[in-house]
Amino acid sequence: MPGKLKVKIVAGRHLPVMDRASDLTDAFVEVKFGNTTFKTDVFPKSLNPQWNSEWFKFEVDDEDLQDEPLQVTVLDHDTYSANDAIGKVYIDIDPLLCSEAASVISGWFPIYDTIHGIRGEINVLVKVELFNDLNRFRQSSCGVKFFCTTSIPRCYRAAMVHGFVEELVVNEDPEYQWIDRIRSPRASNEARQRLISLMSGELQRKIGLKVLEMGGNAVVGYLQCFDLEGESGLVVRAIGTACTLDKLSSGSAPNSNTHMHPNTAPASNACNSPSKDGKEPVFGEDLTSSSGPPTPFRALPTTSSSPPPFSPSKPCSRQSSSSDTDLSLTPKTGMGSGGSVGKEAGPLKTLLRQQTQTALEQREFPFFTLTSFPPGFLLHVGGVVSARSVKLLDRIHNPDEPETRDAWWEEIRQEIKSHAKALGCHGVVGYSESTSICEEVCILSASGTAAILNPRYMREGCLDIGISDHRFEEPSPPSCGFCHIPYDELNMPFPAQLTYCYHCRRQKVPDVLFTTINLPQEAAVTGKGCLIQARLCRLKKKAQGEVNATAISNLLPFMEYELHTQLMNKLKLRSMNALFGLHIQISVGENMLLGLASATGVYLTALPAPGGIQIAGKTTGDLSNEHHILTIQKRINDTIAKNKELYQINPAELTEEVVGSPIPEPRQRSRLFRSHSESSDELSELDLSHGKKDAFVLEIDDTDAVEDIHSLLTDAPTPTGFYSCNTEIMPGIYSWTSGVQMFTSVRVFRLSNASLTNQGLNKIFTDLCENLLKSFYFKLRSMIPCCLCQLNFTVAVPEEELIQVAVTAVAMTFDKDQAQEKPADKPTTKGGSETEEQLQFPMELCADASSANTQPSSKISGTVSLLTPAAKLCQNQLVMVLSPGVPENTNVSSRAASVDYGSFADRCSTWLELLRLKAHTIRRGSVKTSRRTQSLIHSVSSLEHCSPLPEGRSRSLRSNRSFRGSPVTVVKMTPLSFLPGTRIIKYLGIINMFFIRETTSLREEGGVSGFLHTFIAEVFAMVRAHVAALGGNAVVSYSMKECMLMENPNKNQAQCLINVSGDAVICVRETDQEPNPSMANIGQTCASGTDGAT
Amino acid sequence: MRDICSGSTQSDREHSSTVPEAVEQAEWQQSNAECLVLETGWDNTQNKMAVELDVFVGNTTIMDEEVYQLWLDGYTVNDAVKVRMEGGVMEECEASADVLLSDTMDQYRTFQMCERLLHSPSKLANQLLFQIPPNRQAMLIERYYAFDDAFVREVLGKKLSKGTKKDLDDIGAKTGVTLKSCRRQFDNFKRVFKVVEELKGPLVENIRHHFLLSDKLGRDYAAIVFFANHRFETGKRKLQYLTFQDFAFCAGQLISNWTVGAVDNMVEDMDVDLDKEFLQELKELKVLITDKDLLDQHKSLVCTALRGKTKAFNEMEANFKNLSRGLVNIAAKLTNTKDVRDFFIDLVEKFIEPCRSDRWTAADMRLYLTHYNNSAHILDTFKHQAVWDRYMVVIKSCIFKMYHD
Repeated sequence: MPGKLKVKIVAGRHLPVMDRASDLTDAFVEVKFGNTTFKTDVFPKSLNPQWNSEWFKFEVDDEDLQDEPLQVTVLDHDTYSANDAIGKVYIDIDPLLCSEAASVISGWFPIYDTIHGIRGEINVLVKVELFNDLNRFRQSSCGVKFFCTTSIPRCYRAAMVHGFVEELVVNEDPEYQWIDRIRSPRASNEARQRLISLMSGELQRKIGLKVLEMGGNAVVGYLQCFDLEGESGLVVRAIGTACTLDKLSSGSAPNSNTHMHPNTAPASNACNSPSKDGKEPVFGEDLTSSSGPPTPFRALPTTSSSPPPFSPSKPCSRQSSSSDTDLSLTPKTGMGSGGSVGKEAGPLKTLLRQQTQTALEQREFPFFTLTSFPPGFLLHVGGVVSARSVKLLDRIHNPDEPETRDAWWEEIRQEIKSHAKALGCHGVVGYSESTSICEEVCILSASGTAAILNPRYMREGCLDIGISDHRFEEPSPPSCGFCHIPYDELNMPFPAQLTYCYHCRRQKVPDVLFTTINLPQEAAVTGKGCLIQARLCRLKKKAQGEVNATAISNLLPFMEYELHTQLMNKLKLRSMNALFGLHIQISVGENMLLGLASATGVYLTALPAPGGIQIAGKTTGDLSNEHHILTIQKRINDTIAKNKELYQINPAELTEEVVGSPIPEPRQRSRLFRSHSESSDELSELDLSHGKKDAFVLEIDDTDAVEDIHSLLTDAPTPTGFYSCNTEIMPGIYSWTSGVQMFTSVRVFRLSNASLTNQGLNKIFTDLCENLLKSFYFKLRSMIPCCLCQLNFTVAVPEEELIQVAVTAVAMTFDKDQAQEKPADKPTTKGGSETEEQLQFPMELCADASSANTQPSSKISGTVSLLTPAAKLCQNQLVMVLSPGVPENTNVSSRAASVDYGSFADRCSTWLELLRLKAHTIRRGSVKTSRRTQSLIHSVSSLEHCSPLPEGRSRSLRSNRSFRGSPVTVVKMTPLSFLPGTRIIKYLGIINMFFIRETTSLREEGGVSGFLHTFIAEVFAMVRAHVAALGGNAVVSYSMKECMLMENPNKNQAQCLINVSGDAVICVRETDQEPNPSMANIGQTCASGTDGAT
Repeated sequence: MRDICSGSTQSDREHSSTVPEAVEQAEWQQSNAECLVLETGWDNTQNKMAVELDVFVGNTTIMDEEVYQLWLDGYTVNDAVKVRMEGGVMEECEASADVLLSDTMDQYRTFQMCERLLHSPSKLANQLLFQIPPNRQAMLIERYYAFDDAFVREVLGKKLSKGTKKDLDDIGAKTGVTLKSCRRQFDNFKRVFKVVEELKGPLVENIRHHFLLSDKLGRDYAAIVFFANHRFETGKRKLQYLTFQDFAFCAGQLISNWTVGAVDNMVEDMDVDLDKEFLQELKELKVLITDKDLLDQHKSLVCTALRGKTKAFNEMEANFKNLSRGLVNIAAKLTNTKDVRDFFIDLVEKFIEPCRSDRWTAADMRLYLTHYNNSAHILDTFKHQAVWDRYMVVIKSCIFKMYHD
């Protein structure tokens, strides 16, 4: 028995009246874990029962501990009829399994019923005694820490970054089971909630196993999503970045190597040996000798369309239903990446780069879900890479098994990887994946930022050296280095406009840079940033099956193109030259596609100033037309000037080059890679450059173009006192004060006019988004001066004529006076003060040869053949590379563009293949938990080690248990990874909750708005309660992954599903005043933050 | 699939439909029915495209005090929007009418959801649904329980029954308070009354403790409860000149001097009822008017003290016997519930009106009553000094308060 779970039910309060006669309730509680159930006594006739039960003890496998939620059900005892359920509480006990997280769960939980919402509260106490399990075949991964935060969590140091982990589990959706026809909605909802909870647990455990296998102890940037595929099943999938994290303790010397995870010790030995000579050949030998089996394909120069090298591999006999690309995660090849290579200094830069590159290629996917990095980690950023693929869900051969979906994602990841390569980059950072499902069509999307990472961080066991030869390796200053092009100037992946860096003058930079990551803190920025959104609606005909999929995939490139054009124009209009945090969402509905691109525009000092926008009319001579054009031109120029002032963009124009051409050479640099993964090596490319047109002008020749320009100008500026961005923090604001207001807002518009045009739709959609923003500004006006950060828009088309926009963001106050002073020397200060903690951020590349084992290559080929049916699925892939050097003159008339479109469409004929595989209707549930006999080694000492909470805390808990007067803990929530003015002293574990709410009395609950308003408030309340019960006082990196609303006002019914996640933390007010507040906010608090750590 | 949009009616399968709903919940839904009316209002203003749904939920619940007041005052969403527009909030924040409407709707919904909690304010502090800072909680409660003096003046002393509730629309029309607001205020009175009725101990403290109200508001509610309990007549034309604050002050005097709790905090009985023993003892005061000697003696003592100190001396001397009879008779009759109800009308008819017709000033009144009270102590045959004082301290302060135009 590797674990003992102990639960005590203390009391209830505010229970609903269940017995009309007495206006009271006879409540009792059922506590269920796995298949074991305990009951408390009935506490008769009270709305505030005091059960004070004994300790209920569950003896369970740690595997179950990870998978299963604790289920607490409150019921009303009824002597004559069936007991009525009041509601339930699901408690995820995962945080208790990690010694560094919470030690006890204790507090008031809202009692939740899927029909009635919150009905009173219950006080529960949960503890876990965990025994050490040294069985190396174990299936559990207790102790692996999970973080939603997409940066190295404060108060930790990354000893090693191992890389990408992913997993996917599939099950039948209980809503689609036959039994659903006869059971109550409540039972059905609860089955669904429980299943997703179970699947999340299983998924997390499996990812944990992979991490352990890689030698890590944590997953950072953990992103879990679920896809409700309908008939074909329910998918829960997750990606993350495996790391070895060390807790920073106050006294720890940052430069010691003792932080190494034990598992990596052999690896570091391995890398020491080649370091003696540190020559490339040796390195090469290493590579071939040990990295071969797991990833034979890596070495091949793959085009984006080459068949994805499936390496599904079932390492353990057990996982029949797990996704298994995990073999790919094991290639910890023994390429020591030459610890001492750095000693050879400067001239070896290219060598190092190659090394890193090869090193990263060892891994199947050199992806990182992180969006913020320690200073110096990012060497160069190439640009945004993204891939989309349209799939038909009813064509899944074996819907119960994850293989097909695994293969889908595998393809997409391969695409991403090859695009990164095309940009001369070996890694992808800020990586994320998403889906959009409508009926049987599913769009899979992935995007990230191609980048070259510092080879210094790729090595292991040689951190000191890495730091010492800093100046050799890093000739470019950190404030502009990441802007320098990663690709070869003579062999550019696309035609780009290059200039010498405006900051260091030594290297080439593109004229525009798009990324999905947060602005590196050391970057030199001029002025402030702002939120830039491109919005687009495209009508499509209603269709079924392949026809529909074809239509959608035909539309996708145009949408991407137009979104891109809009982004560029709006960027220019704001006189900025870079986008950060770019997120493009394309959502599919029955009769339309919605595209929403959000990013934060910035003026990077290192990049050239953007030119203006010029308007040209096609027909000359018409005087009124000329006049019209002039007016528009004037308006645009005025807007640009106004924006410059608004965002304080006044770069020091010190160079002749800058002034040289306000309208630079307008060569075109954006292109589409379009490919079909089935067709072998064909790679069709679309050059988004608008032919030979050399004027970078907006041409007005029809009403559409006028509309476009108008829509450009309709974006209302943010009211004074407000700023907004979709990145963690606003570039240019460095003095946050402690005011924080997280909010979620949802709007659904019904399009009443059925015969809408694309233009009309665009207008409506744009207005919708703009009005939402305006509403936020108005509501939050009391917080001025403030900034809306991490504005996360999610669009959906829940029904034919509905557009749903959900936004989660945080408003943060800042000190206006400090904000206005220009932090001129900020980068240098940063560079100087960066602690060694931040610098020590090596990635694991050295493989311990022992773990590069097991998978004979024959097995791989076997699986490839196994997966071929899946590859024949009707599909159509579109991939787009947003190049960093997209030109200033994407502003062409739409007429001209449409010509391009046509030819493009011709060239890219869709390739669809029919699959005559019957969809299975009856499936088994696929969450299987096979048990293995595990050897258990536990000692008295280990028991003591795991003994629950110190006496002091439990006492204090008992004391506030009194019913009245115990004030509710204030729990702050934020989508950011930090709370301004505070420092995080402890991470208590991940919060990942899924709720369903349904009503059959929609009118009585205040209509859909009333229903959803209550539900969102309830979700917040439950998140806060769980955090408070873990002993925390804040949630960071909070996000609402899903908000799916279905309504039928005629039947007075509605149903809504919400999935939220975040990291529960304890944070304390920053008592010791930081001299530089910006440091405190951007994450430099790690070192200081540990003092108070418990 | 159990499709929400096209599936069969789900209530058929819903076992829980037989579960007795919480009483609160029924009330809650009732209040929510009004929300629907609001939503149609929204549709009217958005002709082109209907906003099907629009919500904004903050982790810390955002509440605008101005909108809260409008909601409390019973404005509809559209009227509230109009008022806000006139208030100039739009120019201030560069907002449009749509934005204002959306914000107002959101706030109204939030208030409606909170209303249930406000009915038992102690719940507001330890509920989990809304995260509201303590000072905001106090503001919400205080404002929710605040009332219009004009309205309460109409209801004061009336039975807090369904019958009275039916007349609220008339009262609303008369006082200019919206019916919605009238209902809220009336329900507040009733709720406080119900809770306090059963409780022992000091009335004001009980109210403040259970409803977390400020001292001032607690006292006002104590007065309302006290008046409702004794059904004091306040509606007669002769009493119309008195404000709620006049009555509240008098109620405070009665509570702190004439109830059981006034003499002994530890007794089982409640603050709400008058001390029966004391009322019995008041009959003994009759001797002051029935014993001719005593009456004359009393008069001469008072007149001696007053002579030369006031212009109204002649009138005082002439009316002494009448006035004294009036006050003592009121005291003697208080054992009758009916006469307790008429306490204020009697005070006005028997004492205040005669004085007013003789044009006494407030200072005259003060002078007269002080000497009237004190002189009784000098009467050697008068044995009921304690009862007399307990009676007169209230009468004096009530009359002082009530003696105005």
